[in-house]
Amino acid sequence: MGSRASTLLREEEIEEIKKETGFSHSQITRLYSRFTSLDKGENGTLSREDFQRIPELAINPLGDRIINAFFPEGEDQVNFRGFMRTLAHFRPIEDNEKSKNPTASEPLNSRTNKLLFAFRLYDLDRDDKISRDELLQVLRMMVGVNISDEQLGSIADRTIQEADTNGDNSISFNEFIKVLEKVDVEQKMSIRFLH
Amino acid sequence: MELFFNPFDNLVCILLGISFTVWFTLLLVFIIVPAIFGVSFGIRRLYMKTLLKIFEWATLRIERGAKEKNHLLYKPYSNAIIAREPTSLEEEIKEIRRSGSNKDLDAAPEFEMSDIFYFARRGVESIMDDEVTKRFSAEELESWNLLTRSNYNFHYISLRLTVLWGLGLLIRYGFLLPLRVTLAFTGVGLLVFLTSVVGLLPNGSENKPKNGGICVANHTSPIDVIILASDGCYAMVGQIHGGLMGVIQRSMVKACPHVWFERSEVKDRHLVAKRLSDHVEDKSKLPILIFPEGTCINNTSVMMFKKGSFEIGATVYPVAIKYDPRFGDAFWNSSKFGMVNYLLRMMSSWAIVCSVWYLPPMSREEGEDAVQFANRVKAAIARQGGLVDLLWDGGLKRGKVKDTFKEEQQKLYSKMLVGTQEDRSRS
Repeated sequence: MGSRASTLLREEEIEEIKKETGFSHSQITRLYSRFTSLDKGENGTLSREDFQRIPELAINPLGDRIINAFFPEGEDQVNFRGFMRTLAHFRPIEDNEKSKNPTASEPLNSRTNKLLFAFRLYDLDRDDKISRDELLQVLRMMVGVNISDEQLGSIADRTIQEADTNGDNSISFNEFIKVLEKVDVEQKMSIRFLH
Repeated sequence: MELFFNPFDNLVCILLGISFTVWFTLLLVFIIVPAIFGVSFGIRRLYMKTLLKIFEWATLRIERGAKEKNHLLYKPYSNAIIAREPTSLEEEIKEIRRSGSNKDLDAAPEFEMSDIFYFARRGVESIMDDEVTKRFSAEELESWNLLTRSNYNFHYISLRLTVLWGLGLLIRYGFLLPLRVTLAFTGVGLLVFLTSVVGLLPNGSENKPKNGGICVANHTSPIDVIILASDGCYAMVGQIHGGLMGVIQRSMVKACPHVWFERSEVKDRHLVAKRLSDHVEDKSKLPILIFPEGTCINNTSVMMFKKGSFEIGATVYPVAIKYDPRFGDAFWNSSKFGMVNYLLRMMSSWAIVCSVWYLPPMSREEGEDAVQFANRVKAAIARQGGLVDLLWDGGLKRGKVKDTFKEEQQKLYSKMLVGTQEDRSRS
């Protein structure tokens, strides 16, 4: 009968994901539908090829970096929990969440975690620093062949100069947060659901 | 022993004989002969109405059952999950920069670390929901139509529903399927194979394609061909297939001229164009039927039309074909199912109901190139059929997207970075 997944989500799983990510019941089931339709191998996990099959993602200059964000260090498959955990970063911040229990651990879609997601797109070797080389590589991905090496180099230099406060010629996460403190991260890194 | 079995054998033989005769007479009287003469008994309309009533009842039962158990219903994801605003790259990046800018506005920055937000969000949006991948698999239905293509909501809801489903299974496989298989065998012998093509509703018959023209339509399954062919004669253009399709193709050529290609030949565009224009110029030849999408799409959208047929310069007669998904899914997912599997599914579904619209003929206007013309025709077909008009290539079903699209995005972004530098050097 099931045309897609061979297994359905159990109620307990849905509750756990709800608690961890903050998505609603219907959002989770819809995204599960989406997950299973991307899962061509029908083994309950997604590989990098499954993501690359999405044309709109394949033409995104940072497509590969975004795909990488779903896979933990050294792994090639992501299951539904991991999938939802990463997507949760883009959930909009609701006002009532701010007044909730202050001792609870930080939600996945907090401002800091959104910034962390963006930071990790730059930080290629995951050493918690954006070096000049890494910045150059990411810039090169974004502009393709249209800007010369020297120009790109000077852009990178200027950016690091402005952001780097402790003089180690690379941008740490705190420096990153400082540079972007005025940007409306909550809105720009959020995806609105229709239901 | 022999004496015991003989009368029994005879009885069985007689019964079989009688049932076969009855079966074939019914078939002849109710289906084949009226079909030849174009007479209708109205059985089909009654059938459709009853089916719809049953589906509505089934959906209500599922919804009630779900409420009782306090489950939330799974909604099919083919409806949009997220809100996507169609803002351009430039606009959005400028907005992000503006919100974070603590610098003077004349010292316009070339690059900001926040630019990445745009790409990140777009990327994740496309992971959650994209316009293309969902076109290559069967459309999910809101209501349940007692076929295999049902949504998640049917668990064991009630005895009545299960019984109904079982009954449906019996009818479909025990009655409808053999009925259609016999028809098919009779039909193939006559070079026409039908499934239960119920409710053909053509509109705009005054716009039917004439000789020397090209008929283009959106493509969902091989049944499109049958439907159009039953309403007029065409010369087909298409990929040569092997197997059953190949046999049919070769026999069709004996009756009247068609243009069958090898896909490797298709790469030689001039050859294709020449054969097509030769055919079109000969006014005695039938109008050509082409599906410019190049592959089967699931009937929720119309994808990029290949420009080959629009370069020839003949009059184009657009046709929109829309299947009613409630009765059966006509979409042939050729990368997943073979022809035989597809036919089996077709023949055991409730019915194939489709609407055909013949649109007014169009020709290429002054100053319009083939691609723009193709897009204009595609928009007209999409509008009439209530389908989504997409620019994406149907070839994405099997192949990867071309790098040129990514390069376009990169170029756009580079202009943002470098463009401001040029302004600065000028001042």
